[in-house]
Amino acid sequence: MLNAADIATLWLTFKVAGIATLLMLLFGTPLAWWLARTTSRWKSICNALVSLPLVLPPTVLGFYLLVLMGPAGAIGKFTAWLGLGTLPFTFPGLVVASVLYSLPFVVQPLQASFTSIGEQPLEAAATLRAGPLDTFFSVIVPLAKPGFLTASILGFTHTVGEFGVVLMVGGNIPDKTRVVSVQIYNHVEALEYTEAHWLAGILMLFSFSVLMVLYTVLKTQPVAHPLK
Amino acid sequence: MTTIQARFQLDYGDFKLDVDLKLPGTGITVLFGHSGSGKTTLLRCIAGLQRAPQGFLEINGNTWQDSERDLFLPTYKRPLGYVFQEANLFPHLTVRDNLHYGLKRIKHNSGTVKLEQTLELLGIGHLLERMPGHLSGGERQRVAIARALALNPEVLLMDEPLASLDFKRKQEILPFLSRLHQQLDIPVLYVTHSQQEVAQLADTLVIMEDGRALASGPLSETQSRLDVPLAQDREAATVWQATVAEHEADYHLTRVAFAGGSLSLPAVDAEIGTPLRVQIYARDVSIALEAPTATSILNVLPATITGIADGRDGQSVIRLQVGDQALLAHITRKSALLLGLQIGMAVYAQIKGTSLLN
Repeated sequence: MLNAADIATLWLTFKVAGIATLLMLLFGTPLAWWLARTTSRWKSICNALVSLPLVLPPTVLGFYLLVLMGPAGAIGKFTAWLGLGTLPFTFPGLVVASVLYSLPFVVQPLQASFTSIGEQPLEAAATLRAGPLDTFFSVIVPLAKPGFLTASILGFTHTVGEFGVVLMVGGNIPDKTRVVSVQIYNHVEALEYTEAHWLAGILMLFSFSVLMVLYTVLKTQPVAHPLK
Repeated sequence: MTTIQARFQLDYGDFKLDVDLKLPGTGITVLFGHSGSGKTTLLRCIAGLQRAPQGFLEINGNTWQDSERDLFLPTYKRPLGYVFQEANLFPHLTVRDNLHYGLKRIKHNSGTVKLEQTLELLGIGHLLERMPGHLSGGERQRVAIARALALNPEVLLMDEPLASLDFKRKQEILPFLSRLHQQLDIPVLYVTHSQQEVAQLADTLVIMEDGRALASGPLSETQSRLDVPLAQDREAATVWQATVAEHEADYHLTRVAFAGGSLSLPAVDAEIGTPLRVQIYARDVSIALEAPTATSILNVLPATITGIADGRDGQSVIRLQVGDQALLAHITRKSALLLGLQIGMAVYAQIKGTSLLN
């Protein structure tokens, strides 16, 4: 069965994923909105940057983050100047890395959703006295609901499943940065296959059920969604 | 009485809009033209959905745009109603919530009474709990009209509201629009490329071509302008607004009065005093120099020639003034020559046929 250390890693994993998902929605929504509507020449560069984690080995991203956030890196110097110390091998560092790593999984479904909504509902809302922010919450958010659902679930599950970036940036510190995927690696290294089986099984079951729920819900949505 | 002043200049390279219009503050003003003539762009500029770099717009004494002063009221701050070509209802809201969407956002809430009336007028009271996806095209468009009217706007803008509907649906909505016309006290700007809709709805007509307004003014006057291609059209016609004056039951006829005269029509089932529109095709009007004494044609009206132009295929287009109304006649060029027709001559217009529009 699961021992106390295993349960602690599970708890930590879900905490990282939860906080990271909230942050990604917070920053990803305006970013996706901008990407969906802008004609700026920066659009392609931003699209490419956001999508990088999809194709890069997580170790590459983790390596750069480690360097940047370390005592000699630009971000590290900045956080030190703020009196926050440096981020590598800390819980906040893990969250920052997770946000950057999983961002495309949040931005892309949102961007597709926003694009498919088009100009028409926005114009209708404007002729009905709704200002921009009002329109966003009363029209865009409800119409993009499938996009938000997809973004949240993919962002969360993808963060739960990360390994390479975590190992590079977070390390393997119990209760601080040791997440489930790292713990499974530890068990396997120690030839504790039973424990590895339990944790791997839980992740497998979790991810499958959540995705299953997502696709079932999306099928019932009346509005077009990015995965259909 | 001019209460709408619109001046816009806009240059997209392959398309330019350059208009300077003064429009009346009552009745339906139809912006008529082919696709690409700029009529929809003009309407969108008035709504503020598009921003003309050079523009001045004043409605009822309120300035909505003045590029000189760098003033541009965003759409959501303009007290207007807008009906899109596709109904453009919110798919996630019921008909009721669609209707209330704008209503909730206006401060003075005099709209509820108005909404009740509008629902009845448009016959959509039974659709309130439906989702837009479960409505027919005609029903969707009626809901969209009600949604715009519910706001009690100062001006109603309609962008080809019937264009996306089939013939049957159009015939279903046109009577509603005619009825609206009689009950609304706000100006309506109505974009269309259909001559039928012009004839049935317009009080004022603006003819658009290549981003410019070729002509604008009261309906029959503008329809009969000889410098506008419309007058040359095989379907060229003038529409007179008249009222029922007398029923001649024995002859199965009704006399209708217009400013400066009267016409006999096949019996109309309407009370004395009912306003109606009579369309007279230019090809149904012939001209005589003297009052014909022996003719089967009932409607022979004294008229004055106010314009002569060459038409297509050996035809002459004659513009006549009958009382306060303008009238177009298409006759052969040979007849015009033999009769020696000239501007200013007093003649008789013989009207072979009329059609009633509502």
